Amino acid sequence: TSAAMAAALSLGLRALLGARLRVPLRFAASGAAAPLYDVVVSGGGMVGSAMAAVLGHNIHFRDKKIALLEAGPRKEYDRMPDSFSNRVSSISPGSATLLSSFGAWDHVCSLRLKPFRRMQVWDACSEAMIVFEKDDLDDMGYIVENDVIMSALTKQLDAVADRVEVFYGSRAVGYTWPLPSRSCDTSPWVQIELDDGRRLQTKLLIGADGHNSVVRKEAEIKNIEHRYDQSAVVATLHLSEATDNNVAWQRFLPTGPIALLPLSDTVSSLVWSTSHEHARELLIMDEESFVDSINSAFWSNANHSDFIDTAGAMFRSAISLLKPSGTAVRQLPPSVAKVDPESRAMFPLGMGHATEYVQHRVALIGDAAHRVHPLAGQGVNLGFGDIACLAHHLSAAAFNGSDLGSLKHLLKFETERQRHNVSLITAIDVLKRLYSTKLAPLVLLRTWGLQATNALPPVK
Amino acid sequence: QLSLSRLTMKRLFSTSHSSVDSKEMKKFQLLAHKWWDEEGEYSALHSMNDIRVPFIRDTLLNMSSNYHLGNPLSGVKILDVGCGGGLLSEPLARLGASVTGIDPLEDNIRTADQHKSFDPVLDKRIQYKSCSLEEIVEESMETFDVIVASEVVEHVADLEMFINCCSQVLKPEGSLFITTINKTQLSYVLGIVVAEKIIGVVPEGTHEWEKFVPPEELERLLESNGFSVKTVNGMLYNPFSGSWSWMESTSINYAVHAVKLGAEGQSSQTDDLSEMESEQRSATAGTAV
Repeated sequence: TSAAMAAALSLGLRALLGARLRVPLRFAASGAAAPLYDVVVSGGGMVGSAMAAVLGHNIHFRDKKIALLEAGPRKEYDRMPDSFSNRVSSISPGSATLLSSFGAWDHVCSLRLKPFRRMQVWDACSEAMIVFEKDDLDDMGYIVENDVIMSALTKQLDAVADRVEVFYGSRAVGYTWPLPSRSCDTSPWVQIELDDGRRLQTKLLIGADGHNSVVRKEAEIKNIEHRYDQSAVVATLHLSEATDNNVAWQRFLPTGPIALLPLSDTVSSLVWSTSHEHARELLIMDEESFVDSINSAFWSNANHSDFIDTAGAMFRSAISLLKPSGTAVRQLPPSVAKVDPESRAMFPLGMGHATEYVQHRVALIGDAAHRVHPLAGQGVNLGFGDIACLAHHLSAAAFNGSDLGSLKHLLKFETERQRHNVSLITAIDVLKRLYSTKLAPLVLLRTWGLQATNALPPVK
Repeated sequence: QLSLSRLTMKRLFSTSHSSVDSKEMKKFQLLAHKWWDEEGEYSALHSMNDIRVPFIRDTLLNMSSNYHLGNPLSGVKILDVGCGGGLLSEPLARLGASVTGIDPLEDNIRTADQHKSFDPVLDKRIQYKSCSLEEIVEESMETFDVIVASEVVEHVADLEMFINCCSQVLKPEGSLFITTINKTQLSYVLGIVVAEKIIGVVPEGTHEWEKFVPPEELERLLESNGFSVKTVNGMLYNPFSGSWSWMESTSINYAVHAVKLGAEGQSSQTDDLSEMESEQRSATAGTAV
């Protein structure tokens, strides 16, 4: 009893001191306890599904119970429809490795994907250009439709259905957090209430529910966020003529970057980040005008000024004196002939970063933890990187018999990923702002910067 | 009434032969509810799991040929002597073992029982009993595959009797794991003065230097009671990072793995296995390309 009194006193003290005592005490009557899972992943998009699949295929999770909550319906295709989806992702080789580690990449390859060998990025305000390609002409990355990735993940989740239970059409409407230091009778687990009234308990809750993450909000984790005054317009385009189409193109216009990502020898995906107004115009204009706008964006030199052109040319000849191989051959982007009807869509852009990725029994991954501008094609790859890191730490924790929700190993994941992510997210934000202007000094800076970077492999 | 009779039984035991020291018990009584605060008084024991659990797990895996990495200790019966609040019992049970945890202090057992009760898997795999080692000897002769006595022998009244009891409840060729503190000037300075009085990472008064056990003495007692000592490793605690690591020197903390000799004084299976392996190796050496 003295122990119980001491515990009650310390609880009371903590509440007085306003310590982070969260909304507790709505625990279920101890009679009918809600089913207890080792891990619950909230959000069944590409990142959430991959997280559940990676854990499900992990040898140290063989006897564990995992649940995946997805608000939408099940997505699986045996064959892709003839037309391409307008939502695609650039998958890095590292992400491909992760996906193949649990057998999903094979399914992607058997559906469809487009490897690309080269990336050409250039400025609309000058001739400055940078080309990325691997020395051995290996694949730099892959353009894959999001539906293809989802289908592959669904198949691999099915393969471990005895360990991973997927709740389709289910959304969590409430979370109840455990008290941090357990010295009394309350449940130590996270309580989850679903929209159909069902309840779950879990030792670790992983929030993969996107940039408006409910898990993050309910855990009261502060998020640094900023809405860009830009929207991205996506569409599926048909090229004027068939080509190898193994180059990804991106041109920085003052209004925002326009990118052409190859899907097949004749089809490419458009991602055009521009002002909200312009985006709306692009969506409602007729198909011919739309195609003209795209071709003009890639080919026109209207934004050049003589001053910048001269300065750029001077710098380029200086480089070719010092480093003869430092100026690459400029390839010409393909021209577009038509757009798939019904394939035009737009969505607003922003950036976000959670100040904490973890808390006792909670971890955030993917867009719930960090949201970036699509200009670098990094969004989903950052999420897959989160998965690889978290799975590594959870696997070690499981093999040590540890409590999966313990902050000790969750903090290791947070430190590793924040170290990696923060610099990349900042760089992408800086690039976005740097390229959003026509002002001569900044254009000159980025022109010379781009040319120099293209000439110097280490910087690149 | 029940608790009263248990109390008198305990008193009886402490006047006759017992490994339980009643003074020691009083010390732990006060902290019985603090076990599971990972940042509290027992934080060093929590972080010790990071080296003692892999040590036990890997030693047992190396000795066995029939295991699954998803459930490495499945089928292994473990006795956790001086289990306290169950800090070590729980990870071992999560790895698949059936664990019996014993501790002379009822409050500790109560804390341990309550903590495991919320996890149905642990609830099933762990049984806690409030008693001393001698009290279970009769009903548990040669019952356990493994005994762990972690941070216990430095609190025990009669070490030789303790080891003897371990031998009786352990199956032949079963493993005994001990972690404890050496009796050296260094362990006095670091283990008591610094740890208890200066940094306070161990509650004051927990340890008495007089009762620390040098590894040579522990080895001698083990070998003369039917054990073969296989491994002795030094352990080091870093109070700044709050983490443990292995080290060569056993001058402060150390861990021991010993195996109870089998029926004809045969040592553990590993010797037989390694003999077989070396035979195979020499047989195939000629055919290797």
